[in-house]
Amino acid sequence: MIFESPVVRAEELERVTGWRLKAEGLCREDRCVQFTARDARRIPLADVATALSAPLVHDERHALWALGAESGGHALTTATAPDLELPDVQGRPFRLSSLRGQKVVLVAWASW
Amino acid sequence: MWQELREELHPRGLEIVTIALDAAGAEAAGPWIAKAAPRHPSLIDREHVVDALFGIVNVPSGVWIDEGGAIVRGPEPAHPKRPAYKDRVVPADATPPQRERIEVVRSLHVEAERYVAAVRDWVALGPRSRYALSPDDVVQRSRPRSIAEATAAAHFALGRALHHAGERGDAIAHFREAHRLHPTNWTYRRDAWSLIGADHESIYGTSWLAEVKREGVANYYPALDMPE
Repeated sequence: MIFESPVVRAEELERVTGWRLKAEGLCREDRCVQFTARDARRIPLADVATALSAPLVHDERHALWALGAESGGHALTTATAPDLELPDVQGRPFRLSSLRGQKVVLVAWASW
Repeated sequence: MWQELREELHPRGLEIVTIALDAAGAEAAGPWIAKAAPRHPSLIDREHVVDALFGIVNVPSGVWIDEGGAIVRGPEPAHPKRPAYKDRVVPADATPPQRERIEVVRSLHVEAERYVAAVRDWVALGPRSRYALSPDDVVQRSRPRSIAEATAAAHFALGRALHHAGERGDAIAHFREAHRLHPTNWTYRRDAWSLIGADHESIYGTSWLAEVKREGVANYYPALDMPE
């Protein structure tokens, strides 16, 4: 999850990470973590990183910031599947939740 | 690979979703998808976000999700059929390293029949299938999230972004860091190597064979943790 600035707008944060700024904190699906933003137009990524226990890595030379994965506990914090959205080969976004009502086997593969 | 099983089980309520972990995106995965012409959703994950989201470290990995959106089996090796490499013959003129590599690849632990039988059982029986796990089991079985692995995800994302921007040398530095922080994540290793092509062994100073031997051949595809 790459950013070109150490402060982001709430909309960008949500677009890149899926975490939405709400009154109760940062929320994604049915989960919220405590978070207060003084200004929703300028949220420091360092604060987000602390709230999510996610490392923030800065590449100084290229002025890029990468928010890593959450740490602590287990990869799956709940058995509820994350509402993953990824593009298909034509670049059209596909949401995993559009398959509710069917069983799904998600298969990770690669060309390499 | 998955098309046949999908066509068999789709009328009974199963959908397959394949996700290509390819930093080079549609350019790399597209020709394979075009050739397979799947009728199921076939997605592309350039940053390997599913690694951290589900705890995936290798391919092929499968995750089962029920009708209500609950995960009932987390990531595990998912082979739809016996891969051709299991029966590869060592050519008479193979060099000792080539021979060793083929022998190690042939010895990888693959349980295609068992996996497919379990999928069929789950599709038929749903929550009554002995392969469907409770929510607690799903969470407990998923990978612990160390700070090192969480940081590796950030470096992999930076490596991918910089490679894409043409900054190959700086990309390699981030990929190296991702590999150091999460040595058992084969998707980070193999995808970064594939971006370099034939020279990756000299550039990264290691090889698939060396790393698999270091981590243990038996750990590359762990045995399925499911009832017989």
